[in-house]
Amino acid sequence: MAEIAIKGVAKRFGDFTALHQVDLTIADQEFMVLLGASGCGKTTLLRIVAGLETPSQGEVWIGGRRVDHLPPRDRGIAMVFQNYAVFPHLTVFENIAFGLRMKKLPRQEIERRVNRTAELMHIEQLLKRYSGQLSGGQRQRVAVARALAMEPDVILMDEPLSNLDALLRLEMRAELKGVLAGSKTTTIYVTHDQVEAMSLADRIAVMHQGRIVQAASPVEVYRNPAARFVGSFIGNPPMNFLPATKAANGNWDVAGLALSGPKSDRQKVEFAIRPEDVDAGGEGLPATVRIIEPLGPHTLVTCDVEGALFRAVLESGAAIAVGDRLRLAPRSDRIRWFDPETTQAL
Amino acid sequence: MHGKALPYLLLMPATLFLCIFFLYPFALVAFEAVTRDGAFTLDNFRTMAGSWKFPVTVRNTLLLAAIVVPIQLVMALLMASVVSRLETGRSAALYVFAIPLGISDLAAGLIWLAIFDQSGFLNTLLSSLGIVERPVMFLGYQSKLTIFIAVALAEIWRATAIMMVILVAGMGLIPKEYYEAAEVFGASPWQRFVRVTLPLLRPSLQTAIILRVILAFEVFAVVAALGGTNLPVLMGETYNWQFTLQDRNVAAASALLILAISIGFTLFFLRVLRVPKEARI
Repeated sequence: MAEIAIKGVAKRFGDFTALHQVDLTIADQEFMVLLGASGCGKTTLLRIVAGLETPSQGEVWIGGRRVDHLPPRDRGIAMVFQNYAVFPHLTVFENIAFGLRMKKLPRQEIERRVNRTAELMHIEQLLKRYSGQLSGGQRQRVAVARALAMEPDVILMDEPLSNLDALLRLEMRAELKGVLAGSKTTTIYVTHDQVEAMSLADRIAVMHQGRIVQAASPVEVYRNPAARFVGSFIGNPPMNFLPATKAANGNWDVAGLALSGPKSDRQKVEFAIRPEDVDAGGEGLPATVRIIEPLGPHTLVTCDVEGALFRAVLESGAAIAVGDRLRLAPRSDRIRWFDPETTQAL
Repeated sequence: MHGKALPYLLLMPATLFLCIFFLYPFALVAFEAVTRDGAFTLDNFRTMAGSWKFPVTVRNTLLLAAIVVPIQLVMALLMASVVSRLETGRSAALYVFAIPLGISDLAAGLIWLAIFDQSGFLNTLLSSLGIVERPVMFLGYQSKLTIFIAVALAEIWRATAIMMVILVAGMGLIPKEYYEAAEVFGASPWQRFVRVTLPLLRPSLQTAIILRVILAFEVFAVVAALGGTNLPVLMGETYNWQFTLQDRNVAAASALLILAISIGFTLFFLRVLRVPKEARI
């Protein structure tokens, strides 16, 4: 059992605040992804959980035990580093065995665990090689095997796939998911790649400027962004935003279209819709087509709605030409509203 | 003209310089060592080895190297670890540690002579504290051990910094992630030093040790200042053959012996501390 609780953790480097009062609970065996752009504090948060960085304030609990004053080796964790950190002077076998030797496990147990994890990661034929003789992908496998061999309660991963080429990344992503699901560990995984986050996570914590903006399941984060940042950061192409002004009967006026929306004291709010949640035709937003990008399964159409950029994902068969004036009807159950001042969802 | 030839052309002056001022004199010395009155002979080596002082000089030189170099290595590693970890004042510390490097070996010998001499600092201190009644002859011909210790101290003081500077540079090349990985996977600070720093520092260790061992076999001025003829070493004997006994052929043989020993140890450390290509950072 290894539930992780991060309570009021803050980190300051001199005048710069990397983390503001972060609270996050990660359930036993949950796969939590910390997602955000570079500099958002996600790696700092991971390193605080690992014990490689001390928080300026706050507490870290792992498995019901407060660990923020303990050195990394007493926290029951293992880690996979962004640049793998596979020791160049040791063979693959000795790299995987490194932590086990530090624990002074019996020789047979070390051999058993090294062989088992090497097999799991498909590197059993590389055990006698040195890191200099391995490709990036193989080094990555060694780094994961070294972490798994510890049979830790918690595995921490810092952008483990970011140095691999695109095809290998796809392959490793699927493999990691399978291996980690079988290992029964709690995982914290840091990435800036939203597709990686969506495909791996049980829950995603979206971070922005040292804060967790939303922590929820991938579908929830995608469908119901808690803040404007989440909607604009997640999804490719990102969410569309248009200004909305208060109209009669509690409705909101969006580019001349009257839509029923939230009750709010504000005169202006922000209307948001995902590009794939609009249909061409009928009663909709007046849009002028600017760019057409056929992508195979569908077509990405970039339009101009009352001077604002607006993207729509339409059926690939649609007969559209640049300069056409369309009516794009938002699906009412997919419309989201944001407060323009707090940027929070309404 | 340009392109392929240019690098060689640029290397020409240095190569010529080396040939004229190093290779040519070296060939002359080597020639003198194996000839006498124009005829090839190994007599010079026999004369050198036959001298009653020869076994003593070899023993003293090897003993000095065997004691001084390991102590320097440990101290240099310690100092380099401390300096590498400093966040502020790092270059100030490096400068202070490196001050003795700027002093010639004879001057270093004289400084330590001023300490150990009969009227030196140490005696003044001891008598003012009332520990001794009259000045002690630390460096007299009867106290060979004290002379040896004084020479070792002076050598350690003088030449540890050169090793440290090399090791500090080497430690700077080891990526921080290796230490973090070792820490996460359970290595204590000592284990991190033994299992990460030392093996990854091998190329720098190799350079530092070879450089230092060669210098140790060339020890001369410090010994001359502190021990005179009471602690004969190989380089001192070479000097003797050349200038006191006026026999350049034996002096040349003696110089060649020092070179051979240096080459031997260099090859030894190149082999022992070799890092296989696939195991490099």
